Amino acid sequence: MKMTSWKDKREFWISGAKIADPEAGKIRAGSVLIQKGMIAGIVWQKSPETELPVFDAEGLVLAPGFIDIHTHLREPGFEDKETIESGTAAAIAGGYTSILCMANTDPVIDDPSVVEYITKRAEDDGHCRVYVTGAVTKGLEGREITEFFHLKRSGAVALSDDGKYIADSKVLRTALEYARVLGMPVISHCEDPYLTSDSQMNESFVSTRLGLKGAHTASEEIAIARDIKLAELTGAHLHIAHISTAGAVDLVKKAKKKGIDITAEVTPHHLTLDETMLESYDRNLKVNPPLRSAADISALKAALRDGTVDCVATDHAPHNEIDKQVEFNYSPPGMLGLQTAFPQLNTELVKNGDIELIDLIRLLTSSPASVMGLPGGKMKQGEPADFVLIDPDEEWVFEKRMIKSRSYNSPLIGKKFKGRVKGVFLEGKYLEDVS
Amino acid sequence: MQFNRKDLLGLEDLTSEQIKLILDTADNFKEVLGRKIKKVPALRGVTIANVFYEPSTRTRMSFELAEKRLSADIINFSKATSSVKKGETLRDTLENIKAMKVDIVVMRHGSSGAHKFASEFLDVSIVNAGDGQHAHPTQALLDMMTLRERWGTLNGKKVTIIGDIMHSRVARSNIWGLTKMGAKVTVCGPPTMMPVDIEKLGEGGVKLEYDLEKAVSEADAINILRIQLERQSTRLFPSSREYFEVFGVTSDVISLAPKGCIVMHPGPMNRGVEIAQEVADSEQAVILPQVTNGVAVRMAVLFLIAGGKVDDTELNEN
Repeated sequence: MKMTSWKDKREFWISGAKIADPEAGKIRAGSVLIQKGMIAGIVWQKSPETELPVFDAEGLVLAPGFIDIHTHLREPGFEDKETIESGTAAAIAGGYTSILCMANTDPVIDDPSVVEYITKRAEDDGHCRVYVTGAVTKGLEGREITEFFHLKRSGAVALSDDGKYIADSKVLRTALEYARVLGMPVISHCEDPYLTSDSQMNESFVSTRLGLKGAHTASEEIAIARDIKLAELTGAHLHIAHISTAGAVDLVKKAKKKGIDITAEVTPHHLTLDETMLESYDRNLKVNPPLRSAADISALKAALRDGTVDCVATDHAPHNEIDKQVEFNYSPPGMLGLQTAFPQLNTELVKNGDIELIDLIRLLTSSPASVMGLPGGKMKQGEPADFVLIDPDEEWVFEKRMIKSRSYNSPLIGKKFKGRVKGVFLEGKYLEDVS
Repeated sequence: MQFNRKDLLGLEDLTSEQIKLILDTADNFKEVLGRKIKKVPALRGVTIANVFYEPSTRTRMSFELAEKRLSADIINFSKATSSVKKGETLRDTLENIKAMKVDIVVMRHGSSGAHKFASEFLDVSIVNAGDGQHAHPTQALLDMMTLRERWGTLNGKKVTIIGDIMHSRVARSNIWGLTKMGAKVTVCGPPTMMPVDIEKLGEGGVKLEYDLEKAVSEADAINILRIQLERQSTRLFPSSREYFEVFGVTSDVISLAPKGCIVMHPGPMNRGVEIAQEVADSEQAVILPQVTNGVAVRMAVLFLIAGGKVDDTELNEN
């Protein structure tokens, strides 16, 4: 398949592929017509009769480009870990055409000028679409809310102090009330800091054995319970970031049943890696919230199936080798996620029969778009021609040299995956050799 | 029998035969310590770095003495007087020590797993002299040696460990070592100082008891842990006075134990907090013999890690 000639074609068909339509819940043979960077039409036949150029995607699955609503781009402030250029390159390599970056940069994204800076940098050097999350409170200090109106006007689409829990209930109430009228989701990092101070991993028999201070699941659940109450009180859209415990799933399920405007995301690592892996004291497995138990993982998988958890988000958190080549206690939490999310979940969840491939695609496309109100993620006429081409069966090994990030903090280096991103279209332009 | 291990990171992955070999070897070295000239050439030409990231008195002196008794060459590192103060990382420090062609690194570190991390990039032997709340294998070995000297065997004996189990690497290593050698272990202390599922720890698990009187009632030995106030970010018990009243080991508590019950403490002691003055100084206390055995055990560990076989001619060569 010759691919290089496709990047500048403005009107063409993609044919031969199986088309994944996440909203319809189907993967079936079809062809997609692209005009001026948009989806101009879809026909449910393998080869359309046409005079236009045809991109032959025989044997592959064509899905909407993945959307990550939880990425740490690190720029500005921590360019040694990641830049907008490198982070978006990693995103494309992972099949993501849109990402939502978090506000814990330096300076914090608590001012319109920082939103504008990131947007400009993304336009100049970015490889994919970049949406921006503004901070809920100034300096992420949890005390004074930021200028939501101004942040929104400058382009911010959501609000979050991610990395930190807003411990002052009054501050969060105010933020939710204020955000509601703007229609901006508030993304909450749920962690009772008094229960997790100095913690290194999940609190359990494993932490007892390893002599590492544990964070009990209750620390997450207490925080979620309070936030749900405030969402109910204010009517605002509360989004729970990186949900990780069985108890948290129950809380969200009950809140949804009650009609509270709440959504939740889960990370690939909380779905596939468990606390026992920390016996290696591998700092690349240190994340926040920590890797939990097998029972928690089962509950999270069930929550994906029954819709309690809305989508998968990577919490892509680059840390350079200097940061990670230290004792476990001193290592900052976080791992890379953008390049491994799809293959990891395809290998661990789809191939093991936990979910269908189309469900995984939905959790990476239309669901996150819907949660954050972003464009894309749909296989529909009039949507941007952002696609990912997937070979769901290709076996390959994730190697360090393949990493596009400026950091290498992935515990999955050397891991054999099934399923690979083969190419990405962004606004109808084909980006070759992405992985 | 040879030890055949590059490192000693903990007791969890040792077999009972390997533990017995260390204890048997330590018995031999203890005999050396009783001689007029307390030195053997067993590690002549071997260089050992004592790398201490945490303050230590007896463990550090004990290792250093053990190394000198074995005729090893020694270099010492302490965090307080090192480039760590200038921001040097553990990895860089250890890489430098390795570059000086050291054979064995004896390390104490406040972070659990620091030794495992070091073993990833150091090809020299590593001996764990205490890592965070995880393991302190030589302390557990010297405790076992002390008990075995009294009893001849550990099999079937009952040992109660009292105090701050949560923050104690000594407790964790003792539980692994003792249970592997057939002893029964009971742990006792405030619930706020008990880590999750402690009953599952060790080979076959341990008994958890919050009632001190019950915990000592069948104990052949009591191992009293220091209350580590410096490791607690928040107070896990209301006052030292109340702790002493509820969990402090006094002569009244000892009187509830079977006759001849041995009292141990890894030191340093907080007299009047976890142990009463009269118990610390009683005839049942083996706290100072523990210290003596520490030197013998560390000689044994270093000797075996360096690839040594127990050889009487070598031991007798002065």
